[in-house]
Amino acid sequence: MSAPKYWRIIPHYYRLEGTICKNCGYKTPLIRKRCPNCGSDDVERFRLPREGEVYSYTVIYSPPEGFERHNPYIIGLIKLKDGTKILGQIVDVDPEEVRIGLRVRMTFRRIAVDGKSGIIQYGYKFKPVK
Amino acid sequence: MVSVYITGVGMTKIDKHWDMTVSELASEALRIALNDAEIENVDAVFVGNMLSGIVNSQENLASLVVSYAGLYGTPAFKVEAACASGAAAIASAFISVKSGMFKNVAVVGVEKMSDETSVEGITKALATATDSEYEFYHGVSFTALNALIMQRYSYEFNVKPEDYGLWSIQMHKNATMNPYAQLRFEITMEKYLSSQWISKPIRFMDCSPVGDGAAALILSSKKPENRPIEIAGIGMATDKFQSFLREDLLTLAAAKMAAKRAYDMANIRPEDIDMVEVHDAFTIMGVLSLEALGLAEKGKGIELLKNGDIKPDGTIPTNLSGGLKARGHPVGATGVYQVAELALQLRGTPVGVKLDNPNIGVALNLGGLASNCYVTVLKGG
Repeated sequence: MSAPKYWRIIPHYYRLEGTICKNCGYKTPLIRKRCPNCGSDDVERFRLPREGEVYSYTVIYSPPEGFERHNPYIIGLIKLKDGTKILGQIVDVDPEEVRIGLRVRMTFRRIAVDGKSGIIQYGYKFKPVK
Repeated sequence: MVSVYITGVGMTKIDKHWDMTVSELASEALRIALNDAEIENVDAVFVGNMLSGIVNSQENLASLVVSYAGLYGTPAFKVEAACASGAAAIASAFISVKSGMFKNVAVVGVEKMSDETSVEGITKALATATDSEYEFYHGVSFTALNALIMQRYSYEFNVKPEDYGLWSIQMHKNATMNPYAQLRFEITMEKYLSSQWISKPIRFMDCSPVGDGAAALILSSKKPENRPIEIAGIGMATDKFQSFLREDLLTLAAAKMAAKRAYDMANIRPEDIDMVEVHDAFTIMGVLSLEALGLAEKGKGIELLKNGDIKPDGTIPTNLSGGLKARGHPVGATGVYQVAELALQLRGTPVGVKLDNPNIGVALNLGGLASNCYVTVLKGG
């Protein structure tokens, strides 16, 4: 991933910031200058809740290039406490123990290491709430 | 108002064409379609393709295809909409004829996937259909996004792995009749259930294969005298792009909108349809496609499989070609294969199982996680 592309999204990757629309109230976990729902530019940043539950999940056994060393790993579609959904890896749990409804909390981790440009990518993952 | 007819069809067998370039493959299908339409040249060529830049290191593809085909001077466009690039090219070509600007145009869908020889490499290339910043960033493959839907669908509607297996078995069976199909062999439930995990709950045997292929159509505003095949309706729509923004993950909203628009334009209802070609890149997408086309209620798509309704002699013959699962899914070519197969079926010279005098065929091509969808309605004469 190139440095400019990475830097643009750091507020989201590091602090789990999203965008809330003051016109229609639509909340997304994306960094946007315009609401993807109504098109209004009257938007502001907000911090998403750190906890939620697994809405759906998958265990990847055939990873894309760049993620081979994680194989196998779990991707969760997480429903956060405010109802916003977000995608991320689920870690610190056996794939067999993940289920829909499992309560999870955000944790800050290394996501990938880019050999070509040398950037180490960080961001949120999710782990079960004990 | 101008009507648009399919006057020529061409396709290559889907395979690993090691000795051909992406442009060569496309030009091959294009020449076959021109011969079939009995014309020398067209006013423009629309090339549907997703991955030539990434996998073949070749952009500016459309003019290169024209060069390979020996059609000096002909205008050419490349159209991209991920897995729906083929149907997007058809839609663009259709609009160009409908507008009156062109009288005869060609559409070529092509994908040459085998130039990428590693599984991880092609997985990464296909993952460009996801949001690179918010989905792929986390290591999501394209298969994984479909797996998230399959997991939730199975949970909400109590669907068993064996139910999805029925889809794969039927597609492989249909493909044995299609000489252009990539996987011309039957499979058993045992083989389905024992195939390896790709992205659990998606098994290897839920997935369409990686392959190379090209299909082409000639569209014309001139009505042929014998057995005219009209593109009676085309509907298009986009959905919220990211998987996590969908309020209802289990409805292909864009496909549903596209279907309504296409049906309205063609003035048909779902009950009028004699056969469909749907986008079963993964078995779950086949099921959701049937629901989106209005052929089953939400959560009931699987019943069509269990009741045998999707079989060639069922109430709604589905993917007589073998579908993406077994005919194959050379990504940007798929949408054109679907329409080409329906056209040949309406002409009475199908490449696979033959239906008894069908009149209306519908194709559904999904781009990305159904974020860009195209429905095409064909009527026979």
